[in-house]
Amino acid sequence: MTTIDTHSEPVTDTPPGLMRRIIRQRQAKIGLVLTGIVVLVAIVGPLLLPWLTGYTSTEFAGRPFQPGGMFGTDNLGRDILSRFLDGGLTLLVYAALATALGMLLGTVAGMLAAYQGGTLDSIIMRGNDVLLALPQLVFALLAITVLGPQGWVVVLVIGITHAPRIARVTRAAASAVITEDFIRASEMYAVPRWKILLKDVLPNITGPLMVELGLRMTYSIAAIASLSFLGLGMQPPTADWGLMINENRIALTLQPWGVILPVLAIAILTVGSNLITDAVARASATVEESK
Amino acid sequence: MLGLILRRLSISAVILLLVSMLVFVATLLLPGDPAQAMLGQQATPDRLEALREQMNLNDPFAERYLHWLGGLFVGDFGVSAASGGSVAELLGDRIAASLVLMALAAAISIPVGILVGTYSAMRRGKAGDHAATGISLVLAALPDFVIGIALVTLFSTTVFTVLPSVTMAPPGEQVWDYPSQLILPVLTLVLVVMPYIIRMMRTTMIEVLDSGYVEMARLKGVPERQVIWRHALPHAIAPVAQVVAIQLAWLAGGIVVVEFLFRYPGVGQALVDAVTNRDVQVVQALAMLIAAVYVVVNLLADIVGIVTNPKLRTGGTR
Repeated sequence: MTTIDTHSEPVTDTPPGLMRRIIRQRQAKIGLVLTGIVVLVAIVGPLLLPWLTGYTSTEFAGRPFQPGGMFGTDNLGRDILSRFLDGGLTLLVYAALATALGMLLGTVAGMLAAYQGGTLDSIIMRGNDVLLALPQLVFALLAITVLGPQGWVVVLVIGITHAPRIARVTRAAASAVITEDFIRASEMYAVPRWKILLKDVLPNITGPLMVELGLRMTYSIAAIASLSFLGLGMQPPTADWGLMINENRIALTLQPWGVILPVLAIAILTVGSNLITDAVARASATVEESK
Repeated sequence: MLGLILRRLSISAVILLLVSMLVFVATLLLPGDPAQAMLGQQATPDRLEALREQMNLNDPFAERYLHWLGGLFVGDFGVSAASGGSVAELLGDRIAASLVLMALAAAISIPVGILVGTYSAMRRGKAGDHAATGISLVLAALPDFVIGIALVTLFSTTVFTVLPSVTMAPPGEQVWDYPSQLILPVLTLVLVVMPYIIRMMRTTMIEVLDSGYVEMARLKGVPERQVIWRHALPHAIAPVAQVVAIQLAWLAGGIVVVEFLFRYPGVGQALVDAVTNRDVQVVQALAMLIAAVYVVVNLLADIVGIVTNPKLRTGGTR
């Protein structure tokens, strides 16, 4: 249908300096620092409980929405800082799993469609069109209605909805690579198809795929946090940033920290990963130009 | 050209048909019996049987699918399992309310996005451009509910308290009778949608401004304003139309979170409620409705693309 494809030009040889090119950009550095901070909080946070705050994330610390402790208590009287420190890891893990699943499905489907062509190509791409006709969130909500709001459902459905978008980019990038002579040479030596795709095609489309990886990771974080915010992702009494926002937003005037902390964390995380993605896109584009 | 459009039209119809199958399969996967869910645990076997008969649950799946699909065309979306009322009745007002939200967001974000993108391209590398690019990069990364909460914190609860943070229209009155309640939801959607339009507009505009015919126009002494408005802008619009379409289509799904956040009485809020109650009939109807909007908007974008592409305009090429 109508996706603007900005990276249809492939990187035809593995650029040795892609990583260095990314790091050299100021944007990437800022992005790395921002995501680094949030990831660190999410990973180290749970280890600090209850030592740092005196409470675990589900323990009651007092009456609801009181100013006690460093950031006060939440809607059920639990310590907000404890819940905040404990609430990021699941989001990150789920987002990473969903992204990995989407990348795996999308890359395989896209490469097969490009390499095989013909009927398989049409089937895969038309299947994509059907999946793309439902907005990601609506698709996720449909699945959650049927299967219930559980972690694996969220990971599975976000991964699956990423796949057609990734497949499209992969197909565009791969179809430019497979006409190259070295692919034809491999074919003449009767190298198995999976080996050609894995050893010859895949290394040559890493640029667009890395951009896609960053983009999908940002979207996964947003989508999973949104579902939790709607009350349809992580379920209480789990400590989770999206869920925290949902639980505490009724008392935004009384005790804003329960909302502000997780909102800030999610904002810094997504902005950081978007900055990195942008730098990756720029780096892989300059590699293309310089070749 | 007409052939191309007709072909595109039939593809859209097929896609919608396949989506409807996908959505219908969801009912088959649902554990439990819808009739039992509607009547509760105390229902007598006789009543269950009667309701199953009434809901055509005893028919083969293919027949049920065709019945459901036929119903969609005449506005019969089935019966809500949660409320027992007709789904179509439940959604009537909400569709109008959501359309208002979407239309306002589109009416603001498209022209402003195009203007800001053009401005950014014209002042490439200068402070104004950096500011516009930086802000749109940040906004594009933020999830919609984060933007919404930030706006609520800023304008209605913590910093200033000037705007209402929830929509509350008394029953019988329409949401647009209270314009101040619309500001924050619309602003949220605008801020979510606009960055993509700005970025695409900037990119294509820069490309066009570097092209030969713009240089030619400048060299022959066409005033700069006319260069922009008559020569550059029309060429930059076509690729942007695609992005605009993607964003409008995104609005169909994106209103879900924003409506939930502001308790706006539209289809998005209804969808979240229906998912929470596991009210499959309503979820199905809304998923189809949103998919239809999504497909139609994409179709329109492609048709605009076909119509505005001079290579396809002559008709002789097909």
